[in-house]
Amino acid sequence: MSNVVTLTRRELQATFFSPIAYVVGAGFLLLSGYFFLRDVLVPGNEASMRPLFDNMARLLVFAVPLLTMRSLSDELSSGTLETLMTAPVTDAQVILGKFIGIMLFYVALLATTLLDAILLLHYAEMPWQAVAMGYLGLLLLGAAFTAVGLFASTLTRYQILAALIGAGLLAALTFMMDYLGGLRGDLWRVITSGMNLLGHFDDFSKGILDTRALVMLISVAAFFLFLAVKVLESRRWR
Amino acid sequence: MIDVKDLTKYFGQRAAVDHITFQVEPGQIVGFLGPNGAGKTTTIRILTGYMPATSGAANVAGFDVFSQSLQARRQIGYLPENVPLYTDMRVREYLDFRAKLRGMDRAARQKRLARVVEMCWLKDAFHRPIGQLSKGFRQRVGLADALIHDPKVLILDEPTIGLDPTQIREMRNLIRQLGGKHTVLLSSHILPEVEATCDRTIIIAAGKIVAQGTVEQLRHQILGGSRVIAELRGNGQQMQKEIASLGGVKNVELAEQDGWNRLLIETTGKDVREDVAQMAARKGWNLREIRLEVGSLEEFFVQVVARQHEQQQRQANAAA
Repeated sequence: MSNVVTLTRRELQATFFSPIAYVVGAGFLLLSGYFFLRDVLVPGNEASMRPLFDNMARLLVFAVPLLTMRSLSDELSSGTLETLMTAPVTDAQVILGKFIGIMLFYVALLATTLLDAILLLHYAEMPWQAVAMGYLGLLLLGAAFTAVGLFASTLTRYQILAALIGAGLLAALTFMMDYLGGLRGDLWRVITSGMNLLGHFDDFSKGILDTRALVMLISVAAFFLFLAVKVLESRRWR
Repeated sequence: MIDVKDLTKYFGQRAAVDHITFQVEPGQIVGFLGPNGAGKTTTIRILTGYMPATSGAANVAGFDVFSQSLQARRQIGYLPENVPLYTDMRVREYLDFRAKLRGMDRAARQKRLARVVEMCWLKDAFHRPIGQLSKGFRQRVGLADALIHDPKVLILDEPTIGLDPTQIREMRNLIRQLGGKHTVLLSSHILPEVEATCDRTIIIAAGKIVAQGTVEQLRHQILGGSRVIAELRGNGQQMQKEIASLGGVKNVELAEQDGWNRLLIETTGKDVREDVAQMAARKGWNLREIRLEVGSLEEFFVQVVARQHEQQQRQANAAA
């Protein structure tokens, strides 16, 4: 387990070292701030962070793959994966370490937006529990998205490809499901809404804790982390 | 310490490693010698657990590299060919990171860090980011990483590639010092290097082992010893007969060159220069040159690889 801590620290260091993280972070925060001012902090509007949360979630579909793209692709292209995998660490530890490392950066990013929430609470009467739910939803969504992005990164040594695959997968699991849902009948709609990650996030955004959504987002995260470990492992039996 | 049996690795249709078998005893320094593309790096990657073999078995320190990979990896210190490092970390940070991955506690880390920095001459670079270091320094950082946990087995893939002559010499000295306490398997296509540092050599070409043994054994295998060349003045035929009767002489060839007799004396490996010189003095033959031509590993290598090529050609033609 201490290996995971070591690898997490390393991943955090690598993430903060990369200029991409700062650019993506800055871009994300800039746009979040814009959405906040446009949709939330408007006199006369209902006091709710919901428009902000929804827009942030949509931003994340593209922002997270950009954060995760260097994670394994870098190791693949520079050859450092060889020294990592010939050290006495398991592939699961490697993936877990990277996952937690990136999540920590993500949490730091989210924490910066708390400023918006505090501002709103200062001006309006609003149950803070709803806001807390929203952030929990963003955390879980971020976890699921990070897992997908990490998986995409294990597939290729080219960062840009990892970002595209990750964004593609996430877009399929969000926007595409949304669009497909409207096409056919009831059963189809049930299936697609089940696979729509943003749909699951919706409840959190409203301030509701729906355990189905909770389990779904955690499961998606776990599933893609599992896939990522398998891809790494496959090097050992190819 | 390293036990390889019938190891094979196919990449698609091509056998990069073709049923090789060899052992490395504890404390030995063994050189893996071969032209580029011979299968050295592939074999090494299988031993270190980076990729699996297609068939065959390999054991390091008693652990099977495939089924007991984690335990095997603990016993190995590995320096890959291109020395991949995290360029954003400083040397101290990087070595500390690697030591932690090996499960070393703080006290052990501090002690070993100081030790490997000393062994690998990294004092000047200790606090610098790896991205700023020259190739020579990076190679030493890689070596320090391989040594940090004091492993039983060291596997070094082309450890002196890209270094300047001084650094190469230092590296070779270091490797020689490591033998005995550590078992070392190094790969190279630089023959003098293998000659200079290794107890035993394994020559590999096109995925197959073509020869193995100590440098002396290998020399005898192909060149059958060494030669002494002497230029003397006197009765050529008599010289030939008398020198041939010396102990350690296999054959004497005679050639005349403007009054001087040029004798090519093939020996069993014994250095007969002194005996020849003494005989010349006793018999009153004028001696103007005497020199020892040691069969070099280079000739052996080139011959052996050429033969391998011929064999492959014949097989290819037969199949066609």
